[in-house]
Amino acid sequence: MKIYDMPDPEGHFGPYGGIFVSETLIAAIDELKAQYLHYRDDPQFQAEFAYELKHYVGRPSPIYHARRLSDSLGGAQIYLKREDLNHTGAHKINNTVGQAMLAQRMGKKRIIAETGAGQHGVASATVAARYGMECVVYMGSEDVRRQAQNVYRMKLLGARVVPVESGSRTLKDALNEAMRDWVTNVQNTFYIIGTVAGPHPYPMMVRDFNSVVGRECLTQMPEMAGRQPDVVLACVGGGSNAMGIFYPYIPHESVRLMGVEAGGEGVASGHHAASLVAGSPGVLHGNRTYLLQDSNGQIIETHSISAGLDYPGVGPEHAWLKDSHRAEYVAINDDEALHAFHTLCRMEGIIPALESSHALAQAMKMAPAMGKEQILLVNLSGRGDKDMATVAERSGIAL
Amino acid sequence: MSRIPATFERLARAGRKALIPFFSVGDPSLALCVPTMQAMVSGGADILELGVPFSDPMADGPTIQRSSERALKNGVSLQDVLNAVTRFRQTDDQTPVVLMGYANPIERMGRERFADQCASAGVDGVLVVDYPPDEARELGKLLRPHGIDSIFLLSPTSTDARIKEIAALASGYIYYVSLRGVTGASNMDPQEVARQIARIKTAATVPVGVGFGIRDGATAHLLAGVADAIVVGSRIVEEIEASAADEIPARVGALINLFRQAMDA
Repeated sequence: MKIYDMPDPEGHFGPYGGIFVSETLIAAIDELKAQYLHYRDDPQFQAEFAYELKHYVGRPSPIYHARRLSDSLGGAQIYLKREDLNHTGAHKINNTVGQAMLAQRMGKKRIIAETGAGQHGVASATVAARYGMECVVYMGSEDVRRQAQNVYRMKLLGARVVPVESGSRTLKDALNEAMRDWVTNVQNTFYIIGTVAGPHPYPMMVRDFNSVVGRECLTQMPEMAGRQPDVVLACVGGGSNAMGIFYPYIPHESVRLMGVEAGGEGVASGHHAASLVAGSPGVLHGNRTYLLQDSNGQIIETHSISAGLDYPGVGPEHAWLKDSHRAEYVAINDDEALHAFHTLCRMEGIIPALESSHALAQAMKMAPAMGKEQILLVNLSGRGDKDMATVAERSGIAL
Repeated sequence: MSRIPATFERLARAGRKALIPFFSVGDPSLALCVPTMQAMVSGGADILELGVPFSDPMADGPTIQRSSERALKNGVSLQDVLNAVTRFRQTDDQTPVVLMGYANPIERMGRERFADQCASAGVDGVLVVDYPPDEARELGKLLRPHGIDSIFLLSPTSTDARIKEIAALASGYIYYVSLRGVTGASNMDPQEVARQIARIKTAATVPVGVGFGIRDGATAHLLAGVADAIVVGSRIVEEIEASAADEIPARVGALINLFRQAMDA
């Protein structure tokens, strides 16, 4: 096994990552970094985190062997890491619990978050309620309209949802607005970023909190299947569920890591969100990474059927894993993801999130050409209850 | 050497402080850029800060965000900004011009090409809002041979160590952000600003300007007593927003003149 110790102390993953923010945020980031590094090595913090993950989130999440699906494809065995069974229905809660615990120790009474589809917003509102903190969630006004149910969930949990009217009115603009709030209210406010992006230490910290997913797999796979998988697959928007499952596997070099981006209407159409597959390096949201940008360095609007993957950047560690060839990245388009969604519903009785359906679709593509003894482990990062309206609309059904 | 040090020396001899207006190039149109710059100079501006539009201006408040969006709707690129400086230089070879913007358009153009183009256009200083000191140092190495200054921000939350680090890198002037927040906010405390500028001056050899939240002549007058330069941004962008296109140069010029008179009073 090769030692992997990214990022460096300044948050670099090779040429990626770093701290690209205005001077007004530097003190806040320095404070966060110092506090996180302290509590990361504090056994009491880690014990409480483990307790919360077990009793509040419901971990460990099981691994499920999708036998009917695998048999129907006639090749590799598909196993699902069931993050969809977590409290609030996705992997997002692992990270928000960790960051809320940190906020509490830092004496911050107010948390803010950005959200696209609303999953991270719901997970943030959830932990804010759990820890008795004020919560403000920034959400693009376009997403507020598309995700009315999640907006209501956040309100039920006591959060205030602020619609963002600037730019493309989606996730990236919500992130800009949350950063602006943080600059202004930094003394009493903790910003819970929902993915492995943003300035250092966020990419490292969010990865660490989510890496419980991969660590569980390392133990569960030998118990279930007698060995580690041949390939680990996960969808990549910002890339937090993928980093969560990839990270513990990075030193296990015989395990292929495959990230699946949103191909939208097809990468060639230009309507997609595949930053690693079709983008180029640049600087956005506090770090250097692959971006979807025009020839003048302006960030371009993305498209995906899955709001959670609809982001023009990607976590800097993925950029590094791509360039260093430790992980491979591919794109799955809307139709392929929808097909995988329906297949899993009918064949295994599991309704996956549209995000996770991208990873599943890639596994379904690969399985037939592989041997029956080979294993594909898919991170089923979330459940699809939130996607009912989107899927119904695509089928021409009004709910 | 850029035009910036000579400008500060001339002002110091006259016992005056520098007035530095900001606006986004291409808001409301590229055609109005040079006339607006000229009107600012006639109104009493000493140094011009040109905003390079970016799709995700994380450090800016709503006013400058809107301004950036309007410019982008006009398709304005970093190259267009450089071309505007070239055109301005045909009629004004004295007034320093500073480009202020975010890293990505520069990264996309390539740092070397950007530095060369700044030199041929007649740019005097560059402020990259989201570059950390290490990255700014690399860009500075490319700008310095052309005599172009690297301008930096400092904030109320900057530590003494940070102030020292930035002071060692900065040339031209240092831009002190006078409040916690984004551009155009309104929670500034003049006495706190005076205390902070004194703190910066113990480490810095270049002049220290103040900006973010200066909305009227009275505040400008007050701060001119403690800082070497006053930066006015959002207030000017609001004037541009509120004016018909053909009135913009005249109205912006008149507004600058109000600030000028208040500062010199």
